[in-house]
Amino acid sequence: MVEDSPSDVLIAQEALGSSKLINELHVVEDGVEAMSFLRRQGRYASSPRPDLVLLDLNLPRKSGREVLAEIKTDPDLKIIPVVILTSSKEESDVLKAYGLHANAYVTKPVGFGSFVEMVGSISHFWFSVVTLPTH
Amino acid sequence: MVEDSPSDVLITKEAMEQAKLVNNLHVVEDGVEAMAFLRKEPKYAAAPRPDLVLLDWNLPRKSGKEVLAEIKADEFLKRIPVVILTSSKADVDVLKAYGLHANCYLTKPIGFLGFVDMVSSISHFWFHVVTLPPV
Repeated sequence: MVEDSPSDVLIAQEALGSSKLINELHVVEDGVEAMSFLRRQGRYASSPRPDLVLLDLNLPRKSGREVLAEIKTDPDLKIIPVVILTSSKEESDVLKAYGLHANAYVTKPVGFGSFVEMVGSISHFWFSVVTLPTH
Repeated sequence: MVEDSPSDVLITKEAMEQAKLVNNLHVVEDGVEAMAFLRKEPKYAAAPRPDLVLLDWNLPRKSGKEVLAEIKADEFLKRIPVVILTSSKADVDVLKAYGLHANCYLTKPIGFLGFVDMVSSISHFWFHVVTLPPV
């Protein structure tokens, strides 16, 4: 998960914590860390390849849009499903994300309960319905 | 939906009814018709832009792989989410599909009820959780 809001991270951890579908949730807080993690650079040398990336758009240092573009043009990384999870519902953001081959775009709802439900839905769909690419 | 098996088409329609989905399901039975539909060629001049494409992998005349590649390389069509819905769970097919920017890949379960569940899940995620690209 690439997310700079500590409260949203907490909510996601809460929502996924009791889920048996997810082994590990790794969180980084900006786009630069996200790419280092994915490329297993420096302190991320032994990081696992994620099965799914939850990516906020508005991030410090490197935007979610740039991260998405880098992932989806990288031959090794492009098969990793990326779900944009952001508060923006601007048409231009949605269009741009799908144009850069985001697998799905999800707008964060207002309200704790709804957000928990939404994370649960994402987790259910991607980890018990979808056939994920194996690496 | 691009699907050449009439029974799978029937099951999908039945599953959508059971899941109480109010969608217009347009069905074509091979890859050539799929592209004609999407490009609104004469026969399909009045066809709507789909919100979602359910694409089988093994199709007559033009394969799902080719259809996917054409959609995702087309500036006007590439934002349409494409869900691969197929009986194959071969790694090579899964990897190829994600590599060609399929939004997700689902392996058809055996059994009607399992398939109804899957169709419900697809519809819930893509029509109630996801923010679809504006037309």
